[in-house]
Amino acid sequence: MPDKPIEGEKRVFMTGNEVVAWAALVAGAEIMYGYPITPQNEIMHYWTRLAPKYGREFLQTEDELSAGFTTVGGVLAGRKAFTATAGPGNTLMQEPMSMAEAMRLPTVVVIQQRGGPSTATVIYSQQEVTMTTLGGNGEGLRIVYSTATHQELFDYTIKAFNTAWKYRFPTFVLGDGYQAKMRESLTIYDPASRGIELVEAEPFLGKPGVPGVDRPPTQLRNTYNVEEELYEVLEGYFKDYEKIAPEVAEYEAFDVEDADLVVVSHGVVSRACKAAVKELREEGIKVGYFRPITLRPLPVDAIRETASKARQFLVVESANGQMARLLKEAAFGCPVEMLSLFKPGVGITAEDVVSRVKEIAG
Amino acid sequence: MSVQPAMPKSWRVDTKPHKFCPGCGHGLVLKALGQAIDELGIQDRAVFGCDIGCSLLAWDFFNVDTIQTHHGRTTPVITGLKRANPNLIGIAYMGDGGGYAIGSQHLVNAASRNERITVILVNNTQYGMTGGQMAPTTLPGQKTETTPYGRDPEKTGYPTQGPEMVAAITREGAYVARGTVANLRQLKNYLKKALENQMAGNGFSFVEVLSTCPTNWRTNAEETWKMVEQELPRYFKVGEIKVPGQKEGEANG
Ligand SMILES: Cc1ncc(C[n+]2csc(CCOP(=O)(O)OP(=O)(O)O)c2C)c(N)n1
Ligand code: SF4
Repeated sequence: MPDKPIEGEKRVFMTGNEVVAWAALVAGAEIMYGYPITPQNEIMHYWTRLAPKYGREFLQTEDELSAGFTTVGGVLAGRKAFTATAGPGNTLMQEPMSMAEAMRLPTVVVIQQRGGPSTATVIYSQQEVTMTTLGGNGEGLRIVYSTATHQELFDYTIKAFNTAWKYRFPTFVLGDGYQAKMRESLTIYDPASRGIELVEAEPFLGKPGVPGVDRPPTQLRNTYNVEEELYEVLEGYFKDYEKIAPEVAEYEAFDVEDADLVVVSHGVVSRACKAAVKELREEGIKVGYFRPITLRPLPVDAIRETASKARQFLVVESANGQMARLLKEAAFGCPVEMLSLFKPGVGITAEDVVSRVKEIAG
Repeated sequence: MSVQPAMPKSWRVDTKPHKFCPGCGHGLVLKALGQAIDELGIQDRAVFGCDIGCSLLAWDFFNVDTIQTHHGRTTPVITGLKRANPNLIGIAYMGDGGGYAIGSQHLVNAASRNERITVILVNNTQYGMTGGQMAPTTLPGQKTETTPYGRDPEKTGYPTQGPEMVAAITREGAYVARGTVANLRQLKNYLKKALENQMAGNGFSFVEVLSTCPTNWRTNAEETWKMVEQELPRYFKVGEIKVPGQKEGEANG
C-alpha cells in the first residue's frame, strides 16, 4: 500500500471538496466520520474513494451528533479523526464540539457554509461564523481558520490537524458552498517536501499497561460537582488559550498604512474585496485591505493597530454582521467608524464593494 | 475488626465508597461488571464510557480508562473509539433515558451496523439524576414527577422493550440479554458473555439490567426489592434473547 498519497508537488484543477479530501489524506488523517449534507458531501465521496488505497477508514453515521461524537471517540483512541458538515449539521455538531472543548480534544471539522437560518439554501453563505466560533454552551475555546481560495483550503486543512494536535483545542476549517463546489487550480503537495512536520497523534485512552497497576487510569469527564472545580479547570484553559492566541492568529493585509478606509472581510468575500481595493487604489482612492484568516482567535493586535490608523472600516460579509460583531469587540475603544456591506447568504462581487466605497467617499 | 466485602480487582479502591444513593442498583451492576472484567482479564484494554445521568457518578469508579460523555451519546463515542482502535474493548454504560430516549437513534443504528461494542443499559424505569421524571421504560400507572397521576399508556405509550427491539434489528453475531440486580450471578454471566462476544469480534452486544432507584421510587428496602423482583419482570422479561450460534427461540436462562 503506498503511504505517500502525493510525491513532491503537483499542479491540479479540482473542486474544494476534493481539495479537502486530499489535504486530510496528506495530513495523516486516519479516519473520517461523516453524515451527508450539501455542500460538503463530496468530501466524503472523495475520501471514501481515496481512503482504502492508503489504509484509512470511514464511517457513515446516523446523524451529525453521532459524526461529531464518533470523531471524539476516534481522537480519544489516538487517531487523527475528522468530520465535515454544514448548516443545520453544524448546529448538531456543536454538542460534540462543546465536549471536545470541555476535554481539550483535537477534533478537526471542516465546515462548508450554506445559507441559513435552518435549512435555507444548500448553496452559500458566511452565516456560520457565530456558530463555528462561539457555538455550543461554553466559551468558544476553539480555533477557526477561514479560507479564501482552494490553495488555502489545502494548506489550512493540513494546518488544522497540526494546530489541533499541538494545542489541543477543537479546530475548524471554515469554507463555504462556493469553495466546496467550484473548481480552481492549486498546488497540492506532500507536507514533508515543504518542510512541514506533521504533529504526531497520541492516545488519550487505552495507553499501554494495566490501569491502576502500571499506571493511573485515565479518567476524563465533562461533569463537575461544584462551581469552583469547574472554574479552576476553565481558568487553566483560558490561560492556555490566551497564551497560544498570538501564535495561532493569522491575517492578511495590504495598503493599510496610509488608508483612510480599510475594507475588512474574510473567506471568499475577501477575493472580491482584494480586487476592489486594487481597483480603487489605481483610481487614487486611499483604501486598504484587511482579512482575518483566523476568526477565532482573532488577530486582535493587528486589528487594533489597523483600527487606530484608519478612519473607517468597511466590513463586507455574506452575513448580517457576524464577523462585524467580533471585530467591534476586538477594536473596542479604537476611534474607527464601522461601516458595512452585508448581503446575508448572497455572494458579493468586486463591483459591489467598489460602488459601496464610492458611495461612502461621496 | 470488620470484614470488608471483597471488591472486584478492577475497582478503584480510593474512590470507594461510591457516590450512588444507598440501595441504588447502579453499584450492583458495576460490581457485576467489575467481576466480569476481572474474570476476563481485560482491565488493560477495556474502555468504560458512561453517560450523563446517575451513570456519570461512575466516571472514576474503575481502574480502567474511562470517558464520561454527553447525555445519550456514549454509544457513538465508544463506537468511534472502537472503530479507531479495534484492540480496545469498548463498554458504553447508560440509563434508560440515555439509551431509549435521547440516544435511541444511536442505539438503533449502532445495533443495525452490528458495531463491535458492548452496551449496558440500566433500566430503573425513570430519570434518576434529574429527579424522577417519566422515562420510556416507566410502567403503566407508575407515578413519576411528570406523570404525577401515573403513566397513562394511551397518552404516553407503553414501556420500551429495549432488548427485544435490539434483538429484532440485529443480525447473527449479536448478543442480547436482560438481566436484573436481583440475580447478580446471572447478570455477571450475561455481562461476561456480552464482553466475550465483542472480544470474539462477533458483533453488537447489549445487556439491559433491571435496577433500583429507591430515592425516586420513594420506596423502603422491602418495597424496592418487591418492585425490582416482582413488578419489573411483569413487563420486562429477564433472560437471554439472542445468542450467537443459537437458533431463534432457543436462547434463555
Ligand atoms: C442534552 C441533555 N438533555 C438533558 C440533560 C439532563 N439530564 C441529565 S441526566 C438525565 C436523565 C438521566 O436518566 P437516565 O438516562 O434514565 O439515567 P439514570 O439517572 O436514571 O441512571 C437528563 C434528562 C442533559 N444533561 N443533557
Ligand atoms: S437517584 Fe436513583 S439511580 Fe440515581 S444514584 Fe440515587 S438511587 Fe441510584
